[in-house]
Amino acid sequence: MATQAATEPAPLGLSVGDPGLVEQVYALGRRAFFRVLRQPGQIIFPLVFPMLLFAVNSAGLDAATRIPGFPADDYRDFALAVPFMQGALFTAINAGTDLARDIETGFLNRLRLTPMKALALLAGQVGGVIIISVIQALSYLLVAAAIGVEFESGPAGVPVLLALSILISFAFAGIGAFLALKFGSGEAVQGFFPLLFVLVFLSSSSLPRDLIQTDWFRTVATYNPVSYLIEGIRSLVIFGWDAEALALGFGTAGAIAVVAYTAASAALRRRVGRG
Amino acid sequence: MNRFLSVTMGVAWRSAHNAFTNPAFLLPSLMFPLFFLAAFAGGLSAIGNVPSFDYEPGYTAFQYVFVFIQSAAFGGVFQGFAIARDFENGFAQRLMLAAPARGGIIAGYAVAALLRWLLTAAVVTVAALIGGMDVPGQGVDLFGLLALGLLTNVIAILWACGIAMRLRTEQAGSLIQMPVFLILFLAPVYVPVDLLSGWVHAVAKVNPATPVLEAGRSLVAGAPDRVALALAILAAAILVMGVWARTGLRSAERAGG
Amino acid sequence: MSTHLIVSTDVTDHPRGIEVQGLVREFKEVTAVAGIDLGVAAGEIYGFLGPNGAGKSTTVLMLTTLLPPTSGRATVGGYDIAREGSKVRAVIGAALQEAALDPLLTGREHLQLQATLQGLARAERKSRASELLERVGLTEAADRRVRGYSGGMKRRLDLALALVHRPRILFLDEPTTGLDPQSRTALWEEVARLARDDGMTVFLTTQYLEEADVLADRVGIIDRGTIVAEGTPAQLKAEVGRPSVEVVPADPGQADAARRALDAFGDCSRNGSGNVTVSLPDGDAQLADVVRALDQAHVKLAALDLHAPTLDDVFLAKTGRKLEGSGDAGGD
Repeated sequence: MATQAATEPAPLGLSVGDPGLVEQVYALGRRAFFRVLRQPGQIIFPLVFPMLLFAVNSAGLDAATRIPGFPADDYRDFALAVPFMQGALFTAINAGTDLARDIETGFLNRLRLTPMKALALLAGQVGGVIIISVIQALSYLLVAAAIGVEFESGPAGVPVLLALSILISFAFAGIGAFLALKFGSGEAVQGFFPLLFVLVFLSSSSLPRDLIQTDWFRTVATYNPVSYLIEGIRSLVIFGWDAEALALGFGTAGAIAVVAYTAASAALRRRVGRG
Repeated sequence: MNRFLSVTMGVAWRSAHNAFTNPAFLLPSLMFPLFFLAAFAGGLSAIGNVPSFDYEPGYTAFQYVFVFIQSAAFGGVFQGFAIARDFENGFAQRLMLAAPARGGIIAGYAVAALLRWLLTAAVVTVAALIGGMDVPGQGVDLFGLLALGLLTNVIAILWACGIAMRLRTEQAGSLIQMPVFLILFLAPVYVPVDLLSGWVHAVAKVNPATPVLEAGRSLVAGAPDRVALALAILAAAILVMGVWARTGLRSAERAGG
Repeated sequence: MSTHLIVSTDVTDHPRGIEVQGLVREFKEVTAVAGIDLGVAAGEIYGFLGPNGAGKSTTVLMLTTLLPPTSGRATVGGYDIAREGSKVRAVIGAALQEAALDPLLTGREHLQLQATLQGLARAERKSRASELLERVGLTEAADRRVRGYSGGMKRRLDLALALVHRPRILFLDEPTTGLDPQSRTALWEEVARLARDDGMTVFLTTQYLEEADVLADRVGIIDRGTIVAEGTPAQLKAEVGRPSVEVVPADPGQADAARRALDAFGDCSRNGSGNVTVSLPDGDAQLADVVRALDQAHVKLAALDLHAPTLDDVFLAKTGRKLEGSGDAGGD
């Protein structure tokens, strides 16, 4: 046996081919999905915390509806967009920390030894957590329905809201993936969470931009892309079909996604190119 | 008594040293209150125009008191994270072995939390003043506000001690902070309690944090109101949390640290 | 003191094994691998022995295409590591220094994922996973999450994952570090079986002398990024000395008689305690003759100790330092 092996390769005896990209993405996406499911904290916290904040803030800030020019009679209608944004943050952190853990434990090296395409890793990781974010978004919508929030855009607005929410989660998952691939550490990814959280606050999450009295705050909110993401979702609830708001929402999410995934792909190439 | 003090000072020095020399620990406890002050006082200042909102010093001062008390509470929470970390990495065992008076360990953590918070309180106060906060209250009133903050900080650290010493893992972090977060945010954060409605109004009426916030706001306004009630609530909470922390220490001792 | 001693026969012709010429890897502040040449014949177990920080793991990372070399060239399985990386990866399996497992997946899920990514046909993934689980003794734990595995179980799963696609060449980077003796022995047996029965080429890095001694057909000793000695364990040890036997007479007065009986074997010396030491030119095969000679001389013994050169002695001869306990903190 040894002599034979010394002169010719042992037969593989297996049907080994080049796995297609779709199959790789599916395998890695399935793994990412089940990993999130097996970490209850990654499911429960993103479901509960945004809803808790929504309940507290919409009750506590209901008096804001009395400000002249406030665009809704019920603050809950106004505030409903915010949990979708916060859910996207958790998607970002989940995607990032799971990918960072793969780097820290050396699991990424294991994957690199297979014919796996680098794109499959990114797509699979993101795909898995996106499914979780869809579940989150549906939960928020169920809560909204239960408390009587009515969509000015009607039933047709719900799938559009879901689409925008998924696009936002996709974009922020890209940010999480970039942070993981750039820094290779779960702690670094977690360290960015407060910064992302701040971005949500320094936006039109609590008041419409035109009602923000403090000049510097209004300027920050105007330049903050999160404002347009929130306003895009919010428009479907309180205005109906606002083409400009929707265009800005989808456009901003798309732009963030392009930048995030370009950066993530570059970081992935750099990381895969070294040990 | 000497042994208790020496343990207290030792633990306090080490915790404070770690906190003040490590930006990753110090900066969040400074940045978050500043951020909340900017977001709430800056972003929500239009709330001050709501009819029946009649807090004389203005919305910045209204939010300053909340951020002041919140920073005191979260100062204790952040120290609790450090305690949980000590248990996770085994350092707490070293303390338990070395300390002749183990109650001094809790006291030491509390002193460190207090020192951290005093810095935060100073930074937040300066920021609010720079932001144009109006303070009709006098020195005595402001001393009363400081007392409310100090007592809140002590309650929070005792709460955090109890949890950290029972669970002895960094995973205890969310359990430490969530109740504190809920108690604070189910109080009149954005508007006075009379402007709340619905279920949050009902909850805020019975929330012990509400008299503390209202007393603080009244002190800043120079018209002290319900301060004695707030101090009594805080004193009672300290007694309860003191027992909670002490029994937490016992739990850690039984488990071997 | 780094004399590159090649004791083995010419190993430049090793079709489909491993061939390394002048391989270098530099990092910002350190040169981890400073130009190594080595060859591993197909079907051979090659032990790469050295202390922590010697450059073993860096070499493995380069040969498995996970780290590009700074200069030099190498072929693995006949394919160039720099230009034909995907072909190299298709013929190798690797169990690296970290077990590199996902604590949230079960053992079976790991194997099925690996099988999918390696391109195994759908029909074969489950059966291959079951086969490997049985082979490494993890069938019962297959559907438990890896988080609950012991260190030995993780290493076994690691090995199974490296074998999913039946590679020709297997890289094992310190596979038994941290394992208990029983787990270590079990892993050695499996590695030896892979080479013996499956004809697999094994490149094994280790800091344990016994592991290299027991498992490897040939050993390369690396220190501070360069290979200081290479050959079979027996050849290397023979270069630095012969076995010797130390005789402790029960009656110190019989020391002279013991010495006279042992003079015939080789250089004999006696220490102040009355112990007599003689080197054995023909190795430990002469031990029986030594005992016979002492018996014929009526020398009663309190103790008889055989001292044989170890690979540590080889390392000491080449570098002036002992191998065990000589490594820097941190990985290599």
